[in-house]
Amino acid sequence: MDNLVYLVPLFPLLGFLINGLFRKSLSKGAIGIIGSGSILLSFIVSVVLFSEVRSGGGFVSNLFDFINVADFQIPFAFQVDALSALFLLIITGIGFLIHLYSTSYMHDEPAEHFGRYFAYLNLFVFSMLLLVLGANYVIMFIGWEGVGLCSYLLIGFWFKNNNYNYAAKKAFVMNRIGDLGFLLAIFWLLNKLGTATYSEVFDLADTLSPGDVTAITLLFFVGAMGKSAQIPLYTWLPDAMAGPTPVSALIHAATMVTAGIYMIARSNVLYSLSELTQTVVAVVGLATAILSATIALYQNDIKKVLAYSTVSQLGFMFLALGVGAYTTGVFHVMTHAFFKALMFLGAGSVIHAMGGEQDITKMGGLSKKLPVTTWTFVIGVLAIAGFPFTSGFASKDEILIATYAHSPVLFYLACFAALLTMIYMFRLMMLVFFGGFRGTHEQEHHLHESPRPMTIPLVILAILSLVGGAIQFPEMFGGHPFFNEYLSPVVPAEAHEIENIHTVEWALFGGTVVALIVVYAAARKFFAVKAFDGTYTGIKKVLADKWYIDELYDAIIVKPLNALAGFLKSGIEKFIDGIVNGTGRFVNYSSRQLRLLQSGQVGSYVLFMVLSIVVLFIVFWHQQEIVGFLQKIF
Amino acid sequence: MSIQYYVALAACLFCIGVAGVLTRRNAIIIFMCIELMLNAVNLMLVAFSKMSPAVAAVNSSMGAAGTDAQLFVFFIMVVAAAEVSVGLAIIVMMYRNIHSVDINFLNRLKN
Repeated sequence: MDNLVYLVPLFPLLGFLINGLFRKSLSKGAIGIIGSGSILLSFIVSVVLFSEVRSGGGFVSNLFDFINVADFQIPFAFQVDALSALFLLIITGIGFLIHLYSTSYMHDEPAEHFGRYFAYLNLFVFSMLLLVLGANYVIMFIGWEGVGLCSYLLIGFWFKNNNYNYAAKKAFVMNRIGDLGFLLAIFWLLNKLGTATYSEVFDLADTLSPGDVTAITLLFFVGAMGKSAQIPLYTWLPDAMAGPTPVSALIHAATMVTAGIYMIARSNVLYSLSELTQTVVAVVGLATAILSATIALYQNDIKKVLAYSTVSQLGFMFLALGVGAYTTGVFHVMTHAFFKALMFLGAGSVIHAMGGEQDITKMGGLSKKLPVTTWTFVIGVLAIAGFPFTSGFASKDEILIATYAHSPVLFYLACFAALLTMIYMFRLMMLVFFGGFRGTHEQEHHLHESPRPMTIPLVILAILSLVGGAIQFPEMFGGHPFFNEYLSPVVPAEAHEIENIHTVEWALFGGTVVALIVVYAAARKFFAVKAFDGTYTGIKKVLADKWYIDELYDAIIVKPLNALAGFLKSGIEKFIDGIVNGTGRFVNYSSRQLRLLQSGQVGSYVLFMVLSIVVLFIVFWHQQEIVGFLQKIF
Repeated sequence: MSIQYYVALAACLFCIGVAGVLTRRNAIIIFMCIELMLNAVNLMLVAFSKMSPAVAAVNSSMGAAGTDAQLFVFFIMVVAAAEVSVGLAIIVMMYRNIHSVDINFLNRLKN
């Protein structure tokens, strides 16, 4: 089995190379088959690995030496255990569905760009697999950078639109800030422990001083902030909607943004050692969850709503990690991957049917024309809202309970965020699929259900969203913690011991049901309407304008930086240019003068020779005096 | 006789040679001046080897004081003779090409 693991990232890499190099000569059909097929093959190998892990535990496969200096070694090794096998399944499984969907969604692109798209997509999956499979932080960092690069390429896929390019740049720069933290954490680890391999680091973790552990984990968390879009580095993610919709599904559901969660779950040994970091993670996660949920309430772009919803859900995951419920955080990654991929692909289907329209105030009543999209999307909404016995219910309730065990205050705030989630999701659903159509007559005529390659992934994901939570229902509903048991070799399941936990769980359950009914009725009344005004005033406008965070960043970071750069360009650069050009001009001038000495007259050459010899003799005879003189001067 | 006389004579010969090389333009004269410098050096060698007190002390019993350098001088003369033949041949070729032995015509190194 050890020799199979390298196949998992190899297939997407080959797909990337073939599609990237031959994109001009391959037909669209061939590109689609290579692009999706490579991921399907990876998925099959992942399933084999997964069953292996379930039966016999994990293993580390050493491929070759990556860095090898004296007794400092960083091998290029892959680690397959419960955690990475699970992520492999999520990445390749959902990745494959998204590839399949893309073959139809991107079909209007010219063949060359179609090939470029699939090449990037495969490279993205490859980087993500590298990130998850690496057996040390350095390999993880390679994948970490890889997904950053690919997100840049994919967000700016339609590079002829300058706004999209800015969005891509923004994502790249924000990620880079986080990456610096990650890199510093690796260096700190290498300095203190001399190794970056997971098993060795976790064995030696106890020997680190508390200050070191806190610094390292906080720096890792900075990396996670960038990649997983937490406050203050979250603003790139909503802008990343500039990319094609399946890309949004890939980046925001199955891969990239979950990298931060994976990294912290992987380093749970380190994080458990630092209470301060855990508190920071929990608070930042919760703050992000609430802030982005409030923003999502008043967004009118279907993808923006989903984007802020993603940020909010990521906040929930970090909250779970912060309160020590690592398995619960990973569980939510999985269920979130199901329903968020479903909703993004559903949104893609809607946009496809609407002829590129993304404004939900111009939609409405789509349920009649797009039945499959509608009902799968509704399932996604129910799952994210925590409708009883869907996947989102299982994971979100678990997060809330774990939070309650940790701190009741955080629990109530998290419940508030969950309520907001319900509201904005029902609003989105009602505005898009119910009520009356608000678009143009032409659009109404054009409405149609998407073709099979797009609806099949929707149906599969809908089924997963519906039943995916069954592997770990709360105990009081007869559930069994299969998921925690499965992950226990890597991530110890936390045992929250609180009195009358069942009371809390029943209260939560009851509260959820009541909230669902109330929110549904209210949404039906306010949003399933014929005419909808998408302009806001007062506090609503502040929310619709995203708390003006982008403007704030622009004012306190971007503008001063631009001013500084302008000053450096006009002031300092001229000065430095003067020095450099002056040196060149001096050499040029003096050599033009010296060149006159070379007259071609043999006599003058001989004269110089004789004179030089005489000078050398004089220097030789008087070297004592000359050395003394020089010493006196200097 | 004191060594100073020999040194002074050799220095004079050498300086005359240098002055000739620097001032004259006729290639043959310059060549002769170079030979003059060479012979000044030869003279020094012979004189030093004959008059060196250390060598004389070691070799006086054998009656062959300081012959090493004098042997060198023979070699130098042989090499100089070879050199002269090559040098004169070059000067002949030069005359054939530019119908002059004035070295100021040889300014092609310029540029």
